[in-house]
Amino acid sequence: MPHTPQQSLQPSAQQPSTAEIAALIDSQIGLEGPLLPILHAIQSAYGHVPQVAAPLIAEALNISRAEVHGVMSFYHDFRDVPAGRHVVRICRAEACQAVGGAALADAALERLGVAWHGTTANGAVTIEPVYCLGLCACGPAAMVDGALLGRVDFDRLDEILTEVGA
Amino acid sequence: MKIYVPRDSAAKALGADAVAVALQVEADKRGLEIELIRTGTRGMIWLEPLVEVDRGTGREGFGPVAPSDVPALLDGTLAGLGPVEEIPFFARQTRLTFARCGLIDPLNLTEYEAHGGLAGLRRALGLSGEAIVDEVKLSGLRGRGGAGFPTGIKWDTVRMAKADRKYIVCNADEGDSGTFADRMIIEGDPFCLIEGMIIAGLGTGATKGFVYLRSEYPDAIAVMGEAIEIAYRAGVLGGDVLGSGSAFDLEVRVGAGAYVCGEETSLLNSLEGKRGVVRAKPPLPALEGAFGHPTVVNNVLSLATVPVIFEKGAAAYADFGMGRSKGTMPIQIAGNVKYGGLFETAFGLPLGDLVNEIAGGTASGRPVKAVQVGGPLGAYFAPSQFDTPFGYEEFDGAGGLIGHAGIVVFDDSADMLKMARFAMEFCAVESCGKCTPCRIGAVRGVETIDRIAQGDAAAVPLLTDLCETMKEGSLCALGGFTPYPVMSALTLFPDDFAATKEAAE
Repeated sequence: MPHTPQQSLQPSAQQPSTAEIAALIDSQIGLEGPLLPILHAIQSAYGHVPQVAAPLIAEALNISRAEVHGVMSFYHDFRDVPAGRHVVRICRAEACQAVGGAALADAALERLGVAWHGTTANGAVTIEPVYCLGLCACGPAAMVDGALLGRVDFDRLDEILTEVGA
Repeated sequence: MKIYVPRDSAAKALGADAVAVALQVEADKRGLEIELIRTGTRGMIWLEPLVEVDRGTGREGFGPVAPSDVPALLDGTLAGLGPVEEIPFFARQTRLTFARCGLIDPLNLTEYEAHGGLAGLRRALGLSGEAIVDEVKLSGLRGRGGAGFPTGIKWDTVRMAKADRKYIVCNADEGDSGTFADRMIIEGDPFCLIEGMIIAGLGTGATKGFVYLRSEYPDAIAVMGEAIEIAYRAGVLGGDVLGSGSAFDLEVRVGAGAYVCGEETSLLNSLEGKRGVVRAKPPLPALEGAFGHPTVVNNVLSLATVPVIFEKGAAAYADFGMGRSKGTMPIQIAGNVKYGGLFETAFGLPLGDLVNEIAGGTASGRPVKAVQVGGPLGAYFAPSQFDTPFGYEEFDGAGGLIGHAGIVVFDDSADMLKMARFAMEFCAVESCGKCTPCRIGAVRGVETIDRIAQGDAAAVPLLTDLCETMKEGSLCALGGFTPYPVMSALTLFPDDFAATKEAAE
């Protein structure tokens, strides 16, 4: 930490080795309540938490694999498969809705031809809903990878999606 | 010449970084020596990026500034806003918690001290735990996260608990739409939060703190982490706080996108590395909190207000406000408004003054239809209720809540049936699943509202009944308060629930 929760995937990092994951677990295990920091560290390195990680985490923390799965699946942030090369998050919450956020989100989904959480066929973009980015006085808000954007209109949205290769 | 450009994420989302780069490039090109200082935001978001220039005669504001305005800005020909602190929106405020936000480089500890920082902590270091807690009780400070529980009483419970280990947990899981004050103070004045947490530790006997910060706030996470490192290096944090012999350690923990983790017991489970499900109370977190030890769980704003209480004295703080709502509240004005941002003021201002005067009405220029106060679990208010004074009891009496003091304004294009449906949908997405009224009720709620939308009038009493069940039977505020926006929308805007019905008939 600090880290960006959803980084674009490094192509070379698709087959993480057991040793690499063990090192990541080791880097966080001294903390009190280390499970979330471990999951964040792994996801930050690989863009997702690969399946091979669960038994290693379970072993290291002396909990069951089911518990690891239970925690991972509870939180929206953690993914067990890689996202697209870029993650675009659009705020769906009330303050953004008050300034046209819903129409903007619909336009984004239509342009990409996917539903929420979907990834475009070319693997360029995954689109996620987000419930508040704290930009409530300058909505509609969006986040592209780690970068925040305020007052996004249809033109700006189009630019963003073109930039990320959708 | 000193030039101040905010580094707050709202300012950055509106292009502040590009303006800062353009300023440096243009100044270098001209051989002009400038001192570029990145600050937090003053909270006038409609003016962001708001650049302040000090040519030796005080800070003049310019905004919103685009990179293309930079040459004129340096020439002195760009039209300005005058002295920043005289802008009416700013001048009307009482800035206690946010006194330094936007004024200084948030990571400059020397500047922090020069503007009153650490004075509160130094005073607290000379007091007993009991005296510290008494001071907080005397200030009348109540939990700024939404529940409004007296902070001093919570601290006293932890202080009197016998345990070898106690914790201070800062709830920075600011998930409510329409609120951004926690983010703003962490990005703009993080030492203030650190100072407040150390004082909480001294008062209660806790030596370890966590800031549980949501992952949706990457900038705040970065600033908080840096501030903690700086505080350690300066001896503010660590085994010997300012040479006093008292210890306080602090860590940032990052959430993982679960709204419910803003609920304190769910947050504690998450901190411990578990699913963020809500715990039944009792036991109170004050007695059995993080890792089973006595724990203070306070909102960012509650903790960040503690230093000024100790700096200026509890009585001075309690002089602001009205009734049992003492002090100031940083109100966040959001949604469809002309002047959006953060407005810190003493409790008591009527809602209508906030919406029509301070916020300047809607950005769209259309009439205000509804105002949601207190986040996604807060009630909608209609203009007929605009005389309600901003205070805990006053809003409760009007069938709502002030929550974390976010107000979201909607113009007359808002469809309140859709907003009610969204409230149920959000509850269904974010429910932790532990209690049935919330887990099942929210899903049934969406379906029932869809029936109303299709013209089924019989579904209205069903929705009312369901809301009653959720309100009375849910374990925490997520299921328990979702009925607030739903029922207020249904009661105040019945036309939005009837129009489609008539059309269907």
